Amino acid sequence: MNLSNEYIPAVKDLIFRMADDELILGHRNSEWTGLGPILEEDIAFSSMAQDKLGHAQALYQVLTGMGESDPDTLAFGREEKQMKCCHLVEYPIGEYDFSLMRHFLFDEADAIRFDMLVNSSFEELANVTRKFRGELKYHTMHAKAWVIQLGNGNDESRIRMQNTLNECFPLALGIFEPSGFENQLIESGVFKGEAVLQERWISEISHILKLANLSLPDIDSVRPSYGGRKGIHTEYLKPLLDEMTEVYRIDPKAEW
Amino acid sequence: MYGGGYIFEETKNGKPESEDQGKLKNFEAKIAAGEKIEPSDWMPAEYRKQLIRMIEQHAHSEIIGALPEGTWITRAPGFRRKMALMAKVQDEVGHAQLLYSAAETLGKPREDMINDLITGKSKYSNVFNYPAVTWADTAVIAWLIDAGAIINQVANSKGSYGPYCRALERICIEESFHLKYGHDNVVFLATGTPKQREMVQDALNRWWKPIMHFFGPSDKISVHTETLMRWKVKMASNDDMRQKFLDMYVPKIWELKLTIPDPNLKKNQTSGKWEYTEPDWEEFKRVINGDGPCNKERLAVRRKSEEKGEWVRRALMRQDEQYVTPLS
Repeated sequence: MNLSNEYIPAVKDLIFRMADDELILGHRNSEWTGLGPILEEDIAFSSMAQDKLGHAQALYQVLTGMGESDPDTLAFGREEKQMKCCHLVEYPIGEYDFSLMRHFLFDEADAIRFDMLVNSSFEELANVTRKFRGELKYHTMHAKAWVIQLGNGNDESRIRMQNTLNECFPLALGIFEPSGFENQLIESGVFKGEAVLQERWISEISHILKLANLSLPDIDSVRPSYGGRKGIHTEYLKPLLDEMTEVYRIDPKAEW
Repeated sequence: MYGGGYIFEETKNGKPESEDQGKLKNFEAKIAAGEKIEPSDWMPAEYRKQLIRMIEQHAHSEIIGALPEGTWITRAPGFRRKMALMAKVQDEVGHAQLLYSAAETLGKPREDMINDLITGKSKYSNVFNYPAVTWADTAVIAWLIDAGAIINQVANSKGSYGPYCRALERICIEESFHLKYGHDNVVFLATGTPKQREMVQDALNRWWKPIMHFFGPSDKISVHTETLMRWKVKMASNDDMRQKFLDMYVPKIWELKLTIPDPNLKKNQTSGKWEYTEPDWEEFKRVINGDGPCNKERLAVRRKSEEKGEWVRRALMRQDEQYVTPLS
């Protein structure tokens, strides 16, 4: 490991944040299986959900290599307050407009984050994100196509998309909640930090939202939904974890 | 998944006699020679009607079948099972997409088929009107229901209608992975802790009846389907498929030291046929006509998702574009 010991807690925190986001959003997106507005969207959300789960597993595996438990125990064996996911991913799937906007806002951030991490000084992380980037390309392509299509669809779809953007934006800003380890991540060369990521994200989504005929809410007038990175979650996470671990908890030592 | 227990109708209207006898003769000769009928070929009205009915039932079964297993995606224990189940159920939805397209080539739009599903006008496989009570139920479904589906679908893939056969060939390849996944899952439970073993035995007890119903009513009481068999719409008799299933899977179930809940199940060594307690066909009829444990719930979920997605479909419509029947 090419990482000095003093940076390990900062790196672990970053990877937990990323992995938990991927796990919870993958779980949520999988809830569309069988219920999408058209069959093709069921299938698309399921593919993306599978990718997200794959990312989560690979990221937990990096943590396992750093002395943490195995991926199943990390994903299925932690309590709510130990989870570091952002609030955006915790919300129920709601209507398709919400799930689509969440997917758009999250995956645009995810794609940029992975882009930034391919040059990380922590090679294990750089290696896995290099693999994820190819998949994210399709996720963002999918989100962009649909957001532009529905933003320009008819009055009903445009209003729905604008309302859901207004609802999602503060939640999405929670993705970039500073972790308390920002300086260490930056000085170690592991990650350039949430502030840089957020700035690039704003610029990217502004461009696409313009094509979609949608207006980004004024960033200074909204309060970002922070807390997730510190283990303070919305009311939706606990029931999700209870459901996700229902079978696993019957006997965590059993092989399923 | 899916497969059997298609509900055929006795041929009433559009009897072959009312068709152009010359064309009918050519059509039947083509089928007898093992050639495929393609969407632009002449076909008797009854052939078209029965095929739409059958392919539509099959497509509906795929999307309704996604529901009992789909509810376990969010509860699957561990990454391996969670991702595999997601991929499996996703395949089923993909099969629905393929099959609706195949049925559309016969002239009925997907939207109309889905409307007939949610209004209860068209049917789907009876097995999905039973609940998946525990995780082990999903394992038994993925193994044994998918196994039954393969037997049925391999037979049907040798049928006469080109688009349906081609869809089935692709579907069968994916189903064979589902079967492996389901078998692996059942093996883990059957050879796991006492609790896991108990779960899988209970699930088998619950699912044996729907499995026996799966291939449809006994030949003794089925509607006459000679014409459909000659036209290679229906490819094997219900009882023949059931026998084949028992031949292939009873030994595998016993190998895992699981008990099949039918004291009369045994192979008659003289006839080579399986003997079993005759399934309750009255119950089968009751359930397929709407009075099963989950019919209302399944259709309500489907209806709600159609209603919730309506605005999306509306927004995708273009005034200047018209519906076009797919060609193959």
